[in-house]
Amino acid sequence: MIRRCVAIALTCLTFGSLAQAEEDIVLGLNQTEVSIATNFNGSEIIIFGAVKRETPIPHTSELQVVVTVSGPSKPVVVRRKEKKFGIWVNTASVEVDRAPSFYAVATSGPLRDVLSRVEDLRYKISVPRAIRSVGAPMTITDSAAFTEALIRIRSKENQYQLDEAGVTVDQQTLFRATVQLPAALVEGDYDTRIFLTRDGNVVAQYETLIDVRKVGLERWLYNLSREQSLLYGLLSLAIAISAGWLASAAFAMIRR
Amino acid sequence: MQIYLPIAEISVNAFLLLGLGGIVGVLSGMFGVGGGFLITPLLFFIGIPPAVAVATGANQIVASSVSALLAHLKRKTVDLRMGTVLLIGGLVGAAGGVSIFNYLKSLGQVDLLVNLCYVIFLGIIGGLMFIESLNALYKTRSGKRQPRKKHTWIQKLPFKMRFRVTGLYISVIPPLLVGAFVGLLAAIMGVGGGFIMVPAMIYLLGMPTKVVVGTSLFQILFVTAFTTLLHATTNYTVDIVLAVLLLIGGVIGAQFGTTLGTKLKAEQLRILLALLVLAVCAKLALDLLLQPSELYSIGFTS
Repeated sequence: MIRRCVAIALTCLTFGSLAQAEEDIVLGLNQTEVSIATNFNGSEIIIFGAVKRETPIPHTSELQVVVTVSGPSKPVVVRRKEKKFGIWVNTASVEVDRAPSFYAVATSGPLRDVLSRVEDLRYKISVPRAIRSVGAPMTITDSAAFTEALIRIRSKENQYQLDEAGVTVDQQTLFRATVQLPAALVEGDYDTRIFLTRDGNVVAQYETLIDVRKVGLERWLYNLSREQSLLYGLLSLAIAISAGWLASAAFAMIRR
Repeated sequence: MQIYLPIAEISVNAFLLLGLGGIVGVLSGMFGVGGGFLITPLLFFIGIPPAVAVATGANQIVASSVSALLAHLKRKTVDLRMGTVLLIGGLVGAAGGVSIFNYLKSLGQVDLLVNLCYVIFLGIIGGLMFIESLNALYKTRSGKRQPRKKHTWIQKLPFKMRFRVTGLYISVIPPLLVGAFVGLLAAIMGVGGGFIMVPAMIYLLGMPTKVVVGTSLFQILFVTAFTTLLHATTNYTVDIVLAVLLLIGGVIGAQFGTTLGTKLKAEQLRILLALLVLAVCAKLALDLLLQPSELYSIGFTS
């Protein structure tokens, strides 16, 4: 009996959310792949799309768009220096178990206006929400300072971005966002999410992957260094030795 | 011209790297130091991850020391026999150094130790060399020659060997110990160890300065080649593109360096090297003593 009640409640919930999703996203990307070749110096991704609806545009509130692009996550250690015996030494450290190597948030307006705190927490959209840290030891009381430092350092290197005017919305139907990928880019699947919001609530969501890969010489060298590391080491030594010998021989010729 | 480095995974200016390699190459040829104590901090400074900087720096030193060593071989200023004895000690020391390094890494304070090692050794060696060569310079000007010390405790040790190029007849124990000690420090500090080796050969073994440079290069070449292979196979941190750019500048610089070196007096050469060592030491000491602008740093878990 109880089980049936739950089942009914669930159906109601699904219907509820379906009824809400009367606006849907149709997406375009200028590139679904980013190739890192030798001359790679950052890249710009243009994310554009349209809002598909069966019903007329609701005029009660304005449609807002939030776009996030997230690089592969890696656990990191944030260390803090302290003065001990006159010198600056790393003393405390906090492990952050999920920190994307790259994270960009682009919105069509000030973040807090287009997205409520509750929804941010639920969908893990803003930069502090995208980072997860649980590994603070008992001795550290201010573990928040460590995640703040992580965001500060990565923001300075343009690895974490928040652009509150990064999305333009036209006629509540067409939208367009640009995300600047920095030159120091790690390869992997870049998770791209688009949220439509009204009154700070997410009304529709779309997710896709952008494939960031090394190509050509970069790819070949990287694979060789991982799979045939001894050969790779010998190759780098051979290059070094022959370059040294060549230069020496060339200069001996010049002097003669 | 920007270029993307496949292992370091960042994009840097190619001409900047060529220039860096060139500067270090000139110093390498002039002083017989591999330049590791310069190139590694410089690479950190332009944003190369430390692990990649250390490993690739070693590879670059291989190239510049081959180039400079060949120039010295032509001038017959390399004592191969002494070099081999030093090298045997050096490899044993390096193996010991690697295990000490790994032990300290497990304790989590390896960065501090490496920095302290740099400051202490660069400071002591730079200071001693500077004072000594100033004295020597003063004495040659006033016409007096420093009397050669003939009988020290080093002369009394067994297993004597004749080193013809150097003009020494001494026991193999001191060169073996010097080699081992340098190898140990080299592995911990991630450098070739030339800046320790050169003064040790001059002041501990009493070798003439002109031979010291070539012989030290011989030893550095093998130690850094060994280190490069070790890094490439265990940590995958040798960036071949970065290395090629650095070594193009490096090998050319090394040739100019050797020519410059022969034009300078031995004492002048030593004063310049001492000043250089002291400058790097002062920079590293300030980093430890002054409050850094960013107290936090990001590292990766292994």
